Amino acid sequence: MFTIALTHYLIVAAILFTLGAVGIFLNRKNVIVILMCIELMLLAVNINLAAFSAYHGHIVGQIFAMFILTVAAAEAAIGLAILVVYFRNRGSIAVEDINMMKG
Amino acid sequence: MDLFALQPAIAEIFMAVMALILVMVAAFIAPQARASKFTRRATIATFILAGWMCLYNGFTPISAFNGMFFTAPFMVMMKLLILLGAMGVLCMAAREVEESQIDKPELPLLMLLSVLGMMLMVSANDIMLLYMGLELQSLPLYVIAAMRRESTRASEAGLKYFLLGALSSGLLLYGASMLYGFTGHTSYAGIAASLSYEGVSAGAVIGMVFLISGLAFKISAAPFHMWTPDVYEGAPSIVTAFFAVVPKLAVMALFMRFTHGVLAEASASWQQILMILAVLSMFIGAGGAIMQSDLKRFMAYSSIAHMGYALVGLASATPAGVSAVMLYMLIYVLSSLGVFALILALRREGRAVTRIEDLAGFSRTHPLYALCMMILMFSLAGIPPLGGFFGKWYVFSAAVASGQVVLAVIAVLASVIGAFYYIRIVKIMYIDESETALDADIAASNRFIAIVAAAAMFGFMLALATLRGVIDASVIFARIVVG
Repeated sequence: MFTIALTHYLIVAAILFTLGAVGIFLNRKNVIVILMCIELMLLAVNINLAAFSAYHGHIVGQIFAMFILTVAAAEAAIGLAILVVYFRNRGSIAVEDINMMKG
Repeated sequence: MDLFALQPAIAEIFMAVMALILVMVAAFIAPQARASKFTRRATIATFILAGWMCLYNGFTPISAFNGMFFTAPFMVMMKLLILLGAMGVLCMAAREVEESQIDKPELPLLMLLSVLGMMLMVSANDIMLLYMGLELQSLPLYVIAAMRRESTRASEAGLKYFLLGALSSGLLLYGASMLYGFTGHTSYAGIAASLSYEGVSAGAVIGMVFLISGLAFKISAAPFHMWTPDVYEGAPSIVTAFFAVVPKLAVMALFMRFTHGVLAEASASWQQILMILAVLSMFIGAGGAIMQSDLKRFMAYSSIAHMGYALVGLASATPAGVSAVMLYMLIYVLSSLGVFALILALRREGRAVTRIEDLAGFSRTHPLYALCMMILMFSLAGIPPLGGFFGKWYVFSAAVASGQVVLAVIAVLASVIGAFYYIRIVKIMYIDESETALDADIAASNRFIAIVAAAAMFGFMLALATLRGVIDASVIFARIVVG
């Protein structure tokens, strides 16, 4: 009988995290997609924490995950607000248009 | 230990309460300019009172909130420096905010919240509080970078800062989750104990690497520096001054505490990472600064290089290295404050000075302030007998003492390249001619900060020559980092 162990959770989280990180750099279309990638990374961390919490048998990891969820919401709100300000000035949220300054 | 003893965190609690009160009060003051002036002054007063509370608590190591929060001489020193830097920046803000159309009460309030986050971060004794402090520090910074809403550049700076900052928080969190998983603790003491009893597992090393990369983003150490020049250039100058001085200090304090306190067992692994970060930062900072024509971009590359030098001291993994980095950061903060006080104050025909060539003729219109700028530039370049030289001296000698001679030699080479572009600015100020003259008036607060900073660069020489105690005291402070 095949059981799902800690390693499987960690592998899933690592894959999600890598997808998020790679998505930020490979995505050439839309800033919203980058925000989604960031969210994906944070959720991967949450899977990690929940899995470790269950593995160690104490609740600290789950409390940490709750904090991350809260902060992620605040972060997304600020990110979208800045994106709206940017769109009003530039009329576009395409990634290749974020090039006023070189670098 | 009393679970409800709030006194160790009294300064932070006071700042949080003041931030909430000031948000309400500012909403009820009628013209926006008056509200902005009021909140700016109230924020400065809050910083002063918070500094007094930190001192009032004294230097005895004490923890609160079930060991989550810890304060000791090292933290008190760092908090006082952070408050001093933030206060200096706010004092220079008066004219700048009007001209760049960010004369809003939110600006000082967001700075207050950000400084609160930094103080929590410095005092954190648990990864959870570290993360909350770091986010409380970063989120207001994203907003104030994009504070000038009509400007495309400022909003682009805000967007870039947000995206890369969020990415770095993600990296840091992934590292934190791995560290938690492989040690079974989130408290610093628990992690340190687990690493020393059970050994450093591969998972913990992965966690450490991610965590250090996340922190390196925040102090803009190469190769995680890409956002710095753009954000510095695009953000309003007063915000740039804040970015260059205050968060660097807080994250560097966290860096010191984390590497030397929590991960002391794994020093062999993080030393290598810090060495790579240091070498890359020093050379990318020096190489990048040479090619710049924008003053703020120049300061961005200069700060990247300075973080590299500070990391050289940190990579030595000895208490002497930590105290050298503390001294280095103190000198860096003072000299950057002085340089920004002058950059912010200078006008040519009513227009803010943004390009390096705009400094031409500075020595003719303002001989005294040009002299201050020259002293500060020489100090940043590390020319004896100024403060910057002693900062570099202690950092490099800590590296040599811990056997990293190659790293120290590379650092000296990089600072020779660095001297070139600081001296180029002095050359432009003193030798180059310009058709139009710089405007005569410099705000009184900016004059004061520039003169004090320049005088302090000489002060270090006297202090170090007469009081060997300064160094001895900072070594003692550094020992307590471990907690």
